[in-house]
Amino acid sequence: MSLGHQGLVTFRMIDPDAGLAAALARRPAEIVAELTAARLKGRGGAGFPTGVKWSLAAQAASDVKYVLCNADEGEPGTFKDRVILAEVPDLVFAGMTIGGAAIGASKGIVYLRGEYAYQRQPLEEALARRRAAGQLGERVLGTPFAFDIEIRMGSGAYVCGEETALIESLEGHRGEPRNRPPFPVDAGYLGRPTIVNNVETFACVTAIMAKGAPWFAAIGTEKSTGPKLFSVSGDCARPGVYEFPMGLPVSELLREVGGEDAKAVQIGGASGRCVPASAFASTICYEGISTGGSVIVFGPDRDMLRVAKNFMEFFVEESCGQCTPCREGNARLLQGIAMLEDGRCSAAYLAELTKLGEVMQLASKCGLGQSSPNAFLSIVEHFRDEIMGRTYAAAR
Amino acid sequence: MLVTDRQRLREDIAVWVARFGARRSSLIPVLQEIQAKYHQISDHAMQVVADHLDIHPVEVYSVVTFYAFLNEGYHGKFVIRLCRTVSCDMAGKSRVARQLENDLGIAFGQSTKDGKFSLEWASCIGMCDQGPALLVNDQVFPAVTPEKVHDILQLCRKSFGPLAVHQANHREARQ
Repeated sequence: MSLGHQGLVTFRMIDPDAGLAAALARRPAEIVAELTAARLKGRGGAGFPTGVKWSLAAQAASDVKYVLCNADEGEPGTFKDRVILAEVPDLVFAGMTIGGAAIGASKGIVYLRGEYAYQRQPLEEALARRRAAGQLGERVLGTPFAFDIEIRMGSGAYVCGEETALIESLEGHRGEPRNRPPFPVDAGYLGRPTIVNNVETFACVTAIMAKGAPWFAAIGTEKSTGPKLFSVSGDCARPGVYEFPMGLPVSELLREVGGEDAKAVQIGGASGRCVPASAFASTICYEGISTGGSVIVFGPDRDMLRVAKNFMEFFVEESCGQCTPCREGNARLLQGIAMLEDGRCSAAYLAELTKLGEVMQLASKCGLGQSSPNAFLSIVEHFRDEIMGRTYAAAR
Repeated sequence: MLVTDRQRLREDIAVWVARFGARRSSLIPVLQEIQAKYHQISDHAMQVVADHLDIHPVEVYSVVTFYAFLNEGYHGKFVIRLCRTVSCDMAGKSRVARQLENDLGIAFGQSTKDGKFSLEWASCIGMCDQGPALLVNDQVFPAVTPEKVHDILQLCRKSFGPLAVHQANHREARQ
């Protein structure tokens, strides 16, 4: 079993201990300032500036704070965090430790998805090595700063990748997202100030501490700095994990992975957007097509309606059912797809479904429902001709 | 359930609650231990856990029914979860699914009569570049073909504890 293909190029070069030592030599405010100067944005997909998040948590008044690592990598087509955790776990643990120093927390928790249970043992061993080496514990690297990390397992719920649902799950509840505000930086895990960051974000933090903000900011575009890992799957010759600078055009990415003949690419997973061949010149970055790193390639013979159906089945299954737009809306969109498959959907009804999708984007409580219609809407927009007017024979 | 079985379950739960702490945040770790050892979380188990954590049993029930990996009803010793999400679908998960049903004689959502196997769908398990992929309990199998289904099932039938390949894969992953 191979956990890694190409990629992790930058992360393999970084010495996690150097990053941690450099961070602990500075004051907390200087760590945050370095991240702000690097213009690091969250790698999970939402793209919130990490420096802002950490400075808010650092300013929050509390004697107990928490650092949470979101390793609930459930977005369809995403597997870069699995590879990071398998190949360079120390970068992530060092990043969490730096987070603890920056905001004044002494406890970190990795929320590892249940599907990755086979990674737990190696990760526990890595933590034990770090404790033995003094990189975790009562006195980290001989400084008065105390920090330790615990691994907690998820139990098979996509919605727990949403940060407040993740916190609910850690507290022993159903993984139902909370209303915000209050934001986790003010009242997160057990009501304490908490930062929740993606696995890759923590690895980036360690890299920035080791090599400096100017190095990081020089990669990528003005608004999207740094290298980014991409999980590439689907109809291409070389699927796997790749590292590219932010701002790469879709067409260039396809050339690298051997998917030049693609008719469409789903960027950002099930909650992302479907990009047709006519838009392959657009760039992948926060100001272009934003993504947590999932790239699914669809070859010339793929039935886009089947793709849309698969995504909607996913969301019907994974909606937590708490708010109506998401719970009912996803089921209605899936019904609509069944009608399209049978060739029984009028143009007027398709327009109604499109409107429903837009209502879900506006009215759903959390990111799951707000983004679940994206794939459907973009496929309807770009492949209208392919999905409408199906005859019975075509549906088989 | 025999009285002795119940007694054993109660003792196990007491040990796990002591290990994780009698706090609400320990609920899911305790339930995960119950699931792993007993392959189900019975009404009785939910009641005992609720008593330990001083919460209403319906709170425990609501958590058990929320998570895909926690189950009220009995699950086989080997729970096979085939990924049905888009990349594995495109890689041919339907044929693997058919072969699993044929070889086990059950449909998805069912367990074999001997209590050994349960067959379920999974949402994306993060093996998209090596699909179709499935999980057998904690163990991942990438690039499964209809032909390999038989080998995987034989591996399960022959193993007493955790799957033998488990350790080998960990060693490989670390290299």
